[in-house]
Amino acid sequence: MTSAVVASGISKAFGDVTALDDLDLDIPEGAFFVLLGPSGAGKTTTLRVIAGLEKPDSGTVHLTGIDATGASPAERDLAMVFQSYALYPKQTAAANIASPLRARKLPKAEIDAQVQRVAELLHIEKLMERKPSQMSGGEMQRVALGRALVRNPRAFLMDEPLTNLDLKLRVEMRTELTRIHRSLGRTFLYVTNDQVEAMSMADYVAVLRAGRVQQVGSPTEIYDRPANRWVATFVGSPRMNLLPCTVNGRLDGTGWSLPNPGFGLEGDRPALLGVRSEDLSLDVRDESAALDGTVYAVEPLGDRTLVDVEIGDRRIVIKAPPTASLEIGQHVRASVDLDRIHLFDADTESAIARR
Amino acid sequence: MAEVLVKRLRKEFPDGTVAVEELNLEIADGELFVLLGPSGCGKTTTLRCIAGLEEETSGHIVIGDEVMSGLRPSQRDIAMVFQFYALYPHMTVRDNMAFPLRAAKRPASEVAERVDEAARMLRLEQFLDRRPSRLSGGEQQRVALGRAMVRHPKAFLMDEPLTNLDAELRADMRAELKHVQQRLSSTMIYVTHDQTEAMALGRRIAIMNNGRLEQLGAPMEVYARPATLFAARFIGSPPMNLIEAEVTNGHLTAAGGLKIAAPDGIKRGDRVIAGVRPERFTVSDSTSDPDAARGRVVSREALGDETIYVLETEAGLLNVRMPPTARFGEDQVVSVRHEGAAPPVYDPQSERLVGR
Repeated sequence: MTSAVVASGISKAFGDVTALDDLDLDIPEGAFFVLLGPSGAGKTTTLRVIAGLEKPDSGTVHLTGIDATGASPAERDLAMVFQSYALYPKQTAAANIASPLRARKLPKAEIDAQVQRVAELLHIEKLMERKPSQMSGGEMQRVALGRALVRNPRAFLMDEPLTNLDLKLRVEMRTELTRIHRSLGRTFLYVTNDQVEAMSMADYVAVLRAGRVQQVGSPTEIYDRPANRWVATFVGSPRMNLLPCTVNGRLDGTGWSLPNPGFGLEGDRPALLGVRSEDLSLDVRDESAALDGTVYAVEPLGDRTLVDVEIGDRRIVIKAPPTASLEIGQHVRASVDLDRIHLFDADTESAIARR
Repeated sequence: MAEVLVKRLRKEFPDGTVAVEELNLEIADGELFVLLGPSGCGKTTTLRCIAGLEEETSGHIVIGDEVMSGLRPSQRDIAMVFQFYALYPHMTVRDNMAFPLRAAKRPASEVAERVDEAARMLRLEQFLDRRPSRLSGGEQQRVALGRAMVRHPKAFLMDEPLTNLDAELRADMRAELKHVQQRLSSTMIYVTHDQTEAMALGRRIAIMNNGRLEQLGAPMEVYARPATLFAARFIGSPPMNLIEAEVTNGHLTAAGGLKIAAPDGIKRGDRVIAGVRPERFTVSDSTSDPDAARGRVVSREALGDETIYVLETEAGLLNVRMPPTARFGEDQVVSVRHEGAAPPVYDPQSERLVGR
């Protein structure tokens, strides 16, 4: 597979603040690639370095195999979409979309054909004669997207483009963006702090924290096999439950003990047990792999009920069927799916492999 | 604590906007009651009328057995909790909690007694001499509640208190708030536009729209049987599928041959809108299911613990919630069938529930 973008050893500091610290990324041609992380992780700086808007202190950027580290933004031939729409208020949607092509002085017939193509792709044919003030936020975002799509760039770079939309529209636009990505077959590099956006749209996710890549993988890999404690709790909602323990023949915590399903860690080392809320069940089938606890709160969400349970001095969340009926203070037993638990080293926080 | 009654409340602003119209609510003593709706639905105005921050145009508010008309907020014996982080950083937990009583010049012995009582109920005893910055988010929230509790209010009123917190902390706070409220059996009226928060917290939810009550019920009732199409669209994510269908031989038939179990009380030939939750559909690659519709996978969102499919079918775009083990690809043509009992159905004109 060829690479659309390769960033190698990128470091970037702003004064005393290190934004990127020896960052490596390899983005395959045609992929929907998401940079995911909290604010301050370096996502936007990474995007700006790739776009040529920011010069790295060290490292290189290759675009389709060609060294572009010193190239200007225009030479890189990338299209950017931001969370603010930045449309021309006095121009119609059609004129807004056409603006990058007019700037290049393309013939009118070709501009019209390209605008038409984009309008069809985005299902916004009916908006073409409207001005931004006559559009909803979602419509403006589509037009802004259209202005990027009307060119035929190497790759599309998007910086939290859905952040300002309300929840329902955001969900709709997620589906829409995946559809557009598929029909264009182009590389999308997409920045977000929303793990649901990352999980739902990406072919690959790079999880960033403090200017470093924590893990790169498909959404399922990141969810099922997080590389460290930080990734494990950043991805997934409710976040992964963590319980301190020591590892020897068994996993022993405060007020609980589970069989060790084969984690290789020598002699009484401190660790963190990680269990996702759906890998716990109040319907205990295996008595040998169960935790005792007290119900702290019950939160019905419709398709499921979240049960907060105190285990020793910790609180965990269990995903239960919507019919679960429990009272605060009630004693419960929760069985653990040992095939799906995680263990993290207490010092390094890295995931510990199974033997 | 006390019950709170809202009787035929109407609030019209000087510019002629009617924010609340003919609203009746009975909030039980010890209940966590949620007012839910989009911005502009009248939920905050209702809360402000209960608090005495707005004067009702007509109707009245009863707290305990006292009619509140004309009483100032300070005379109503209620605690407003707007934001949980408004603790004084330079004061200890004890001083933060004692603050409202000292400001009201209560005797020192009474202050100490009430603070100790609140600390015991909220399990804050070991933190009393610490500063807020040394506490976790959940502990700080308990302190903020404690500060409201020491005055022994008749009810707590809360307006989107969790809105500005990040998702992780919000989920923690939600459980914390629910736990404390149930342990204390305090009357709490909670305003939010977030349906997940409403479901998770409320014993009952009042869904408001355009100043009127759209539906009132327990979380699972409003989820299972939204009373109107508005409520159906507002509760649940991804949203309920609203599918045009005709009542045929003992079931509902939608375009593309999709068959859905029919409720009682509707008659053959009726045109209705069936409300089907995403988890009530299943996707398969079967080609011979007579009750299923064929559809193309438009998108698949693998969220880890579940996968959401959007299918393009003759009955429209359908959201389907499947376990993470389901592996259908984009553009794949699949079958989708409805599982289980009859869903709620709506009259397309009145947009209200029909049938049983």
